[in-house]
Amino acid sequence: MTVKTLTLDGTPVSAREDETILDLCREHGVALPTLCHLEGLSEVGACRLCLVEVKGSPRLHPACTLRAEEGMEITTSSERLRRYRRQILELLFAERNHVCAICVVNGRCELQEVAYAVGLDHVRYPYRHPATQLDASHTRFMLDQGRCILCTRCVRVCDEIEGAHTWDVAGRGADSRVITDLAQPWGKSDSCTSCGKCVQVCPTGALFEKIQPAGGGTKHREFLTYIKNAREKKQWIR
Amino acid sequence: MDPLTAPSPGGPRARVATVWLGGCSGCHMSFLDMDERLLDLAPRLDLVFSPIADAKVFPEDVLVTLVEGAVCNEEHVEMARRVRARSRLVVAFGDCAVTGNVTAIRNALGSALPVLDRAYRDAADLQPQLPYEPGIVPRLLDRVLPLHQVIAVDAFLPGCPPHADLIHAILVDVLEGRTPSLQGKLRYG
Repeated sequence: MTVKTLTLDGTPVSAREDETILDLCREHGVALPTLCHLEGLSEVGACRLCLVEVKGSPRLHPACTLRAEEGMEITTSSERLRRYRRQILELLFAERNHVCAICVVNGRCELQEVAYAVGLDHVRYPYRHPATQLDASHTRFMLDQGRCILCTRCVRVCDEIEGAHTWDVAGRGADSRVITDLAQPWGKSDSCTSCGKCVQVCPTGALFEKIQPAGGGTKHREFLTYIKNAREKKQWIR
Repeated sequence: MDPLTAPSPGGPRARVATVWLGGCSGCHMSFLDMDERLLDLAPRLDLVFSPIADAKVFPEDVLVTLVEGAVCNEEHVEMARRVRARSRLVVAFGDCAVTGNVTAIRNALGSALPVLDRAYRDAADLQPQLPYEPGIVPRLLDRVLPLHQVIAVDAFLPGCPPHADLIHAILVDVLEGRTPSLQGKLRYG
């Protein structure tokens, strides 16, 4: 396998040809914020937080999908990059309803962590506060669209790891949203295996487990027929 | 002498204020949670206006004002502007002031009227009516706003509520003439 040599913030580094710039950053301890990236899933470059500058290229490139090439000169931190990262986070917070105080993952949220890392102390854009939907139809899990940042980790883990492909993205632009099957309530999904992988990979509180004893409220009234039949007809059949 | 650099034991006391707009007063409870540190602060400042001080009118020449709560009604807008005009430094105090937080959840309903309907007409058993007392009950704004969308804000202290240690750090920064900074100590929620 060919080894590529390049520079990362001025430091010469070597990379295997299958490595991305994000891999290299992680390997060399260069801090680069990410949200859509998750070790074990494919890369989509959706969140744009890991944008880097490549000398000779006028545009910015997401490090997670950028392959290391011979002679590249990568800059991971500059005034422009810091400005864009902050703007991206501000837009994420302004786009939906991220109310940390009442969120199930408050204190364990990747969106919060990244915002702290870039020093985001307030959002300069007007909050949209859209009327978003909450899907509580699944017996064990819930989806709060207001907290979704469209990283598509749930879509990818369901497709690539579980093999169910229950999740997908519907709509365009600000109306984009994750859906289950053909935009049916999650609880009605035929393809969902209830494995919970989507919940585990979600970086925010958009997907979460019902904290109540799940299904604890379900009534099992068939017991009455069973007992009546057993007592009166001596039929011990469920 | 410049009040930003002056205060020290025996020196002029800094004029400090706190204001309660659309919030739950939890930030002020956290302010009280500074506990014994309040005793250290007391000789260094005068609390010239606050829900926990007996003052009816927001005074002139305030060094720093901590503003709790989002801007929800016309009275809040007036108060925020008065605070800005009369304070050297304004600190957005807590998540409601910084982001709108829980107070701004009602924005998803679109405007003030459906919010009032939900509270005063839909849920009322007897004489459903909207409160209307001009000059007494301030009109709700159609959208709840974070403080910095109404007035210029000098420092942001998020948290629901902000931890007492952070409130203390910000106050000491101001009293000792430093620009308040929460670098590395940010926390929402």
